[in-house]
Order: sequence, then C-alpha cells, then structure tokens
Amino acid sequence: MEILVCARRVPDTSENEIQLNRAGNDIERDELVYSINEPDNYAVEEALQIVARTGGTVTVATVGGEDDEEILRREMAMGANQGVLITDDAFSGSDGRGIATILKSFVERGHYDLVLTGVQAEDGGARVGGMLAALLDYPFASLVTSIEVLDGQKLKIAREIEGGNKEISEIDLPCVLSIQTGINEPRYVGMRGIRQVASVPIPTFGASDLGIGACAVGEAAAKVKRVDYFVPALGKGAEILRGTREENIDKVLELVAAKGGLK
Amino acid sequence: MARIFAYIVHKGGVVDDSAFELAAAARKIDPDSSPTALLTGCGPELDAACNSLSASYAEIWKISNEALAYPNAELVRKALLKVLPSNSIVLIAHEHFGIDLAPGLSIKMNATFVSDVLDIAGVDGANLKVIRQEFGGQASTHVHCDVSTGAVVTIRPGAFKPAEVTPGSSTVIDKSNEVGSLSAGRRYLETVVAEAGDVDITKYNVLVSIGRGIQEKDNVAIAQQLADALGAAVSCSRPVVDAKWMEKSRQVGSSGKTVKPKVYLACGISGSFQHLAGIKGSPFLIAINKNPKAPIFQVADVGIVDDILEFLPELTIKVRELHSIAK
Amino acid sequence: MRAFSVLIVGVSPNFVMPGLSGSAGPIYNIITDYAATIVFLCMVIAVIRRLVFKPARYAVPAKYGKAHTADAIFLLSLIAILMVADSLFAAARAAAPLQAGHLVDPLAAFSLPWMLQKALASTSVATLGTIYFAAYLLHELTFYFLLCYRPFGIQFHVETSLFNIYFAKLDREILKPVRYGVSDEHLDQVKSFGVKTFEDFTWKHMLDFYSCADCGRCSDNCPANAVGRPLSPRFLTIKARDYSFQHYSILGSVNNGTALIGGKDSPGIYSEDEIWSCTTCGACEAECPLLVEYIDKIVDLRRGMIDDGNVPQSLQKPLKALESRGNPYGKMEKKKADWANAKEFQQVCRVKTLDKNNGADTLYFVDSITSYDDRMQSIGRATANILNHVGENFGILGAAERDSGHEVRRFGEETLFMALRDHNVDAIQASGVQRIVTADPHAYNALKHDYKDVPPVEHISQLIAREVKAGKIKFNPIPNENSVYAYHDPCYLGRHNQIYDDPRDVLDAIPGMNRVEMTRSRDRSFCCGGGGLMLFYEPKEDQRMGVKRVEMAAEAGANVMVTACPFCMVNIEDAIKVAGLEGKMTAIDLAELVDQQIAREAPEDDLKQIKTENNSVEVERGNSSLRKKSA
Repeated sequence: MEILVCARRVPDTSENEIQLNRAGNDIERDELVYSINEPDNYAVEEALQIVARTGGTVTVATVGGEDDEEILRREMAMGANQGVLITDDAFSGSDGRGIATILKSFVERGHYDLVLTGVQAEDGGARVGGMLAALLDYPFASLVTSIEVLDGQKLKIAREIEGGNKEISEIDLPCVLSIQTGINEPRYVGMRGIRQVASVPIPTFGASDLGIGACAVGEAAAKVKRVDYFVPALGKGAEILRGTREENIDKVLELVAAKGGLK
Repeated sequence: MARIFAYIVHKGGVVDDSAFELAAAARKIDPDSSPTALLTGCGPELDAACNSLSASYAEIWKISNEALAYPNAELVRKALLKVLPSNSIVLIAHEHFGIDLAPGLSIKMNATFVSDVLDIAGVDGANLKVIRQEFGGQASTHVHCDVSTGAVVTIRPGAFKPAEVTPGSSTVIDKSNEVGSLSAGRRYLETVVAEAGDVDITKYNVLVSIGRGIQEKDNVAIAQQLADALGAAVSCSRPVVDAKWMEKSRQVGSSGKTVKPKVYLACGISGSFQHLAGIKGSPFLIAINKNPKAPIFQVADVGIVDDILEFLPELTIKVRELHSIAK
Repeated sequence: MRAFSVLIVGVSPNFVMPGLSGSAGPIYNIITDYAATIVFLCMVIAVIRRLVFKPARYAVPAKYGKAHTADAIFLLSLIAILMVADSLFAAARAAAPLQAGHLVDPLAAFSLPWMLQKALASTSVATLGTIYFAAYLLHELTFYFLLCYRPFGIQFHVETSLFNIYFAKLDREILKPVRYGVSDEHLDQVKSFGVKTFEDFTWKHMLDFYSCADCGRCSDNCPANAVGRPLSPRFLTIKARDYSFQHYSILGSVNNGTALIGGKDSPGIYSEDEIWSCTTCGACEAECPLLVEYIDKIVDLRRGMIDDGNVPQSLQKPLKALESRGNPYGKMEKKKADWANAKEFQQVCRVKTLDKNNGADTLYFVDSITSYDDRMQSIGRATANILNHVGENFGILGAAERDSGHEVRRFGEETLFMALRDHNVDAIQASGVQRIVTADPHAYNALKHDYKDVPPVEHISQLIAREVKAGKIKFNPIPNENSVYAYHDPCYLGRHNQIYDDPRDVLDAIPGMNRVEMTRSRDRSFCCGGGGLMLFYEPKEDQRMGVKRVEMAAEAGANVMVTACPFCMVNIEDAIKVAGLEGKMTAIDLAELVDQQIAREAPEDDLKQIKTENNSVEVERGNSSLRKKSA
C-alpha cells in the first residue's frame, strides 16, 4: 500500500512556555523548540505498521520551508521511505484551504492508496484532512483510532465518538483519514537514527512543479486571517483561597457540605 | 448578511445541548435575523428532534432519508448541498461529527471555513471577526474571515450561553424530496459501546477528578482515599487514560463521559476545553493545581494553588474526622 | 596430582609421582588425605543444604523452568563418590601390606582414608585386592565422566572460572564502550549498536555465562528482584547460558541470530521490562563470587533496544526533552539558574553564573533535578551556602549546563549522551575552572568516569569532611534530642565510588548526633529506586524499593534518614508517604543538614541567619545594625 502522511512542524506542546511577546501581537517565538505535530507522528507510526503488514512505502510530506525539513528527517529516521518538502514563496500565508489545495496537487501527482493527516495541529484547526478529501473527492474519516486493511479496496476503521464509544465504518480506498493520538505507541527515534539520515536528499516541489496558480494559494487567496495573539482580560474566574493549607481545607469542606457534597 | 443555518445533532429524538448554543451564536452574528435549523435523519426520532427546537428556531428544515438514519458525514454533506442556498453561513458544533462534516462541506460549498470559534467579535460587511484559541488554550487570537461566498463555522460547545427561548410559532419545512438518492465511499457498520467498567461516574453527585498532576499511577490511591471518605468516585482527564493510570470509563470529556455532579473537584487538571466539555449542569467546581496560571482557575468557582499530592491526603484526614465527629 | 598418580599406578603399580619419592611424598599424601576428607564432608553438607535447608536464593521461580536441584545433587554426589573412591583406593592399598605385617606410610589420622582403612583392617587380602581394583575403576570412571560431563552442565564454572576471574574487568566504573576499539568519532560506521542477538555479546560476556555458579547471590541482593520486578540477574545469565548450550551444542547444527529480547515474532529469552527494570545499582556485581559483569550487559541490551526504536512510551518523552532542552523535564534552559536567583536567596548567598566576565576556581555542577525540581532546589541552595561559608570561589554554568547524561548513557542512548557530554565539556573548559564540586552522585560519577578532559571532581560530602577536619566548619548541636539519624548510602556515591566514610565523618562531627547504622549499609546498601530516567519509567513491581529502604531505616530505630543524593531524596520522601510513615520518619539531605547546623560566626563579610521565635529571619552584616526581614 502506498501511504502519504501530511505532517507539520509545530512548537512543541510540552517543552515550551507560550507567552505573548512584548509588542503584544504575537507569541514569543525566540526560544521555542519545534517538533512534529504529535498526531502526525502517530499517523506516521500507523502508516509504518500498515506497510509492515501489507508491503508498500510511506512518504511524509510537509508544506513549508527549509526549517521544516527536520521533521521529515525525523520521520525518515523512524522508518518512512521518503520525505518530501513542498515549498514555494507563493505558498506563504496560505490558509487551511490553501494548504489543502497545495496538498491536493501533490497527491494527484502520485498514486497513493491512503492519505493520513493528524487530527489537528497546535491551532486546533482540524481542517486540512477534511478539506483535502473533499478537494480530491476521496472519502474521509476524522478522529480515527484504529485501521484494519480489509483488502486492496477498503479499510475498516474506528472513530472516537462521545462517551468513549467507537464508531466502526468501512471506507473505500483511496481515502483520507485524520488520525487521533493514542492509536498506537510510536517507536522511539534516537539521535543516532536522525544522524544516519542527515544527508539523505529530500526532493522539493514548488508551485510550478505542482501546476498551482498563485491565485489559488498564498496570502492573497486566504480567506481566513489571524490578525493577532492576545491574552484575554481575565474574567472573574475562581475565587482563589489564600489561607494556610489547613484554612483552605476547612473552607473547602464548608463549601462542599453547603452544596450537598458531604454525605 | 447571508442566511445563517445551524446544523443540529440529535440522538434518540433529543437534540444535543449545542443546538441552543448555536442559536445564540447565530444571533450574535446577525441579531436581526433568525437562524434556520437543519436536521437530517429519518423516522419519528427526527420529527421529535425537530419539534423540540420550536422555541429557538423560527424555521426548521427537515431532511428525512433512510440512508441518513445514522449520521454519516459524507451523506449528510451531499444532502445539505442539495438544499443550502449559495453563500449561506452554516454553524456546526465543534465535536466529533462537526469535525467530520464541516471542512469538506466548506470546500463543496466553496465557502470559508473557520473552526472551534469561542466568540463572535463582530461583523463588518463580509468580514466576520471571531475569537479562537491556539496552543491548547494558552493563547487567544482574533481571526478575520471573508464570508462573501458563504462560510462554515464550527462553534466550541459550551462557549456560548444557550439562547433564551422565545415561545412562538416555528415552521418545520420538509426538504427531503430535494435530496434524491445518497451513497458514499464510507459506510457505517456499528457502534462499539465503551466497556462499562467497575464504576459509573455519571451516577455520582461528587467527583474527585484527577489530571496529569497526579504524576504517577501509584498516586491515584490518594484520590481514591478522598473519594472513599466523601462517598464519591474518582474520575479523570484524558492524559490519565492515555498513560494507562485509569480506565477509559473514568474519563470525563468530549471523548469520554459527560457528567452532571453537584460538586466537582478538579485536582491537578489544567482545564482543557475537551475535558470541561464533559462537565454539564454547572456543578460547584473546586480546582486544586500547583500552577496558578492553569486555565481551570478561569472556570472554577473556588481555586486553591497547592500540590494535590499534599493537599488531598490532608483533606482526606479532615473529612474522616468530620465523619467520626458526626457519629 | 593424586588423581594422575592413581591413574598411572593402574598401569605401573609402583609408580610414584616425580618429586614425591622422598620425604615430600608422605607429607603430600597426608595433605591430600585431609583434603579428600574435607571435600567429602563439604559435599555432604552441600547436599543436605540443597535437600533440607533449601536456601531461598537457590530457588528457581516457575517462569524460569524447573529447579536445578537434581543437577546439583548429581554433580555433588559424583564428587563425593570421587573422594570415597580415592580414599578407598588409598585405604585398601595401605590395609593390605599392613595385614601382611609390612610397614607403610601411615595415612593421616582421622581422615577418610584412615577411617576406611580401619574398617578394612580385617578384610582378607583377596577382598582387599578386589576393593582396590574396584575403587580404582570407580575413581577413573567418575573422574573422566566428570571431566567430560561438566562442560554440559551447571558445574562448568569450575573450569571456566579461573579464566573468568583472570580476564575480569577491573575498572568497573568505566562503562563498556559501544564497541571496543572504535573511538567516538568513528561510531557512525558501526552498523548496529548494542546487543540484539546472542552473538553480539563480547567473548568475555559469553565466558561470564558459562562461569556462573548459579549461587543466586546476585538476585538475592538485587533490589529490583526484591520488589518483584521481572529482573533477576542470575537468570539473565542462566537463560543466556542455556541459550548458548541449545544453539551452539556440540552435536547438531549452529542456530544463531535469534533475537534475545522478545518481540511480536519471536519469544526471545528476555522481556523488555526485565532489561528496563535495572537501576544499575551494582549490588549484583558486588556480590558475585565469580566477578560476573552485569551492568555492561544491561547497558548493551538497552543500546540494542534503543537502536531498534523499542523504547517504552514513558521514557520517550524525557528523552525527547533531553534532546531539545537538555533536561528531562523539558524546562527552558534560561530557567536553569532560577533556583539560585530567587530574590530572597540572592540576598543571603550570591551565586554567580560563569561566563566571559565572571570566572571562578570551582564549578558547582548542579545538574537537572537540583536545578528544576521545586523540592530539590533546596539542596542546591544548601550546597551553595556551604561553599560560600568555606569561602570557596565558585560559580555555576546556568543556562550553559546540560544534564550530565549519566542515566541517558546507562539507558542505552549513547548518541544523545555524547551530545550532552560534548556540550558540557565545552562549557566546562570554556569556564576555566580548576575543579568541580557537585551534590549529585550521578553527576559526580559521570564527570569522574564518563567524561574526559574535565578538571577533577569532588562530591560535596568530601569537601565538607575535609573542611570539618580543617576546622573551617563547626556545627551547632542537634536541637531535637529524640532524632535518631540513619545514613543511606547512595549507590553512585557508595558502592560505585567507595565514598562511605566522608558523609559519616561529617554527620558524626555534629554534636548531639545520634546515628544508627542500618544492617544494609556501605557496599551492601539497598538502592532507593534509581535516578535520572529511572524516575520516569513505570515498572511492574509489587512494592517500591524506597518503601523497603524506609522500612529498613525504621527497623534500625531511625526517625530521620540522611542521604547525599537528590534522587534518593525523591524516592525516600515519596516512600515515606506511601509507607504511611509520615510524622514518624523524615528525610533530609546531607547538604541541607550541614547547612542547617553550621555554626556561623560573624567575620567581616559573612552573613548570619538567626531564626527568631516568630520565624522571621534577621540578617546581620558584620558589626552593622540588625535589619529585620521576614522569612
């Protein structure tokens, strides 16, 4: 099975402190460390496990710039056969639909049975997978927590729905799936593995390679624009108890009893 | 302003709470008009759902089709595309079905897409200004959307207070005939219900809920002791389940259980919206967290900045004392 | 020699070993007579131990297969038979001529041959002859059977142990490199890191497998084993030994290349948890009578797993954080010195961060946990106070300091370790310090043995001990006369680096110190649970090691445990809560205790802290007036 995983390099969720910059219009980006978007990493691991069973290759692609190559190399160190950088000045400032349009052109150049994305990235958008599927007219499923290959034509998938329940469906190939964290246990990628792929060439594709007109993508074509970052004026929020621990405990018990919580 | 529609999720004849939140959001976008509800499904359950919305929506469009008995995003999308006028604005709740439906719908409608909106900041001609969050809620952003060719907007559940009900007449319009036959590349097979687990947290009035701050599996016992003393149950947030410290049946949140206790102790829980989405009925929320900046303190009633690994055992001792005195 | 004499006598009756014909002969015979007797008695005792007393460490848990008792008794019996046969031979040989009235060299009094000879005193010469011949045959058959059988069984160690001890690794503190003879720069060329199949072990490690006497002392002392983790060092060796017998048998084809660690496709002989469970405390190596090496093997097996990407999820996060932020917590580099820059502390003790403009003689290497953990930062502050008190010109690396990488290396991530080490070495060399001091035994061990080209390093306990002896540190008496202190030897200070006395000397120098020694102390100390990455690993165990240790302290009559390692502190404080001993047992770090008890005089520039009744801290500078500050 030929699998394409669309990945993204984002500020690492646990190793950064997100703070507003001095100007108050963006987050402080100077000391951010970056890594692959966590759900995308799960998607690559899932792809690797699928091809280990069925044969085939795993390609990881990202839309970005030179800095984004590092995540491609990491996933290649993990076992992906090929990393691809889709880059062009014309792409910068693209909104979700723009990115999906770019990826659509890339997918159409190749012959992929399955396209995976992570469920969402750091901006909580959860959009590229669904948009890509609609542009390609491929069936789509989001929040996928398990994949079973039925045959070369279809998959049996589980989606995470409310109450911890799972929705089981059959989906035709080729399709697009957005992968939820927890679907598997990604293997470890050590420094040594990354060094070993440090000089593997990563092909790049630009707007002309993909036949994309500038009017369809980029900042000009974007219909959704983030204009700033801010910290909202804090509402009343909680009443913070400021006594000693003993005093706080007594107060808590008082309140719990008052609300009917003590039997 | 273009016509605003709200896609309503329903189950067993009952609409999801988000239906009323979407109405409020719609009114905030365009205070002058009334949104139209969109429901798909089939049978008496669909009818019951439609009827329950009469106080919130002046017009309700019903699409009944056997293929839509179970909500399949692709089929629903095809159906909606047949009935939606061009340049419409469609509001959908940002939960598992919305995530499935909305992005693709926006492409087929050739409309702008913006997701997980917390608030509407204003409308300026065809410029819809909304507020979103990024980085797991650590930063907020203003986002401007060009909605001249329509829009699909997903709204965070719980972000908008449900609209006031205005008893009045409302019309249910049956649009089923406009849809035609439906088929899709994805077919629903079945739903696997989560294992019941030993404890049904939805039945408890008091919940001692733990998050990542519990730090390790052995410390779960600390919460259990407090729960035992209070006659409560221990529930948790997603990271605790992912780390396999508690079973999935204990998870409160959008992908876990929905609970409606009287008192909710959020211990070492940061307060991500996915977790809060599982807490309904406005319980008295007490938050205990080492981090004074944890988002949970925004939504809690009472907050204590302390180490739960030290606070909870002492609280447990006090509760036991109270009970022995009472005896 | 006797055996060969016996053999040759069979062919040439009057053969006497060259050199033994004179007076040496009878002396030698007396010695061997007693030797045979002693060996025989030992065999009897050994068999009785196996059958009646059944020491726990001999036991074979069901999951490892059947007991080795039958094998053991068989071999012990063979040796006993050998002794009897030899004695019978000598007895018969002496009895016959005696009966005929000839004089013979007397057999050693009360030895086995002597007793047998007395028993045979009245047997007919003909019968004696038969016995003589039968004993001879029995002796030869048993002897050569043993010689041939031993390599196949559990007693092969008799032959291999001599070589194993000769070739034993003497510098235990130096971890085995990834591949001997391959320097760090050339490691990229090595195809596969670590041990993944049996053949990846070095020849010495394979010799270890054959040399194990199956005594079980290692597992008996292994803390991981004691708390029910899947690890048993003894069975690490025995399973490998059995594997090699199976796959490299004398008859049959060689069956090599099977993966050692169980995976989806093959069961393997080790489980992943077994290998991750080890805290590298070194108790097994300290106990082994045959000097079998364990830590190197565990590290090599872990290197193999890391190379294959086979790492538990709980360890992946801290490893990733170490890679991007240089510490397992993922905290920002610029916050590394925050513990020293806390406003209140700055007023008491200024800690300088070394850079181009600020130099010092001594580097205080703080390491990750002391820098970032809220509780352990107090150890950092106490250490800084002590250094300040003795007038040490010191500084810290601050944001330039990365984790020492001690556990990173021992968990098999050699490449990441080298990156951390190289970064630290550059920073240390750039700072121009002449020596290094640390309060973290893991950092101490890394700087001393894993790092090259850095100035000499000392643990704070050594420094304090020296200053106490020089009179530069004086102590106030212990305020609470009910406090009974027990010192817990951290594995990487004590067992691995033999620093046992300095911390004790320091404690004993405090007036009013009431100190008890736990049964398991010094090199027999019991690991607290491990440090570094081990704090993140989630083992399957029945109990925590720390809990066992805290119970040992309580048993010894202590109510305060003193340790000299931040990881021990984490584990012990945690264990006190889990064991339900809160209020009955506390823990304190050596540096914290010293800082608390130092009698501070007031020379010109020194600062003095006095705790007043309402807990406010008064600061006095020399002779100037008091300035009150609240705590």
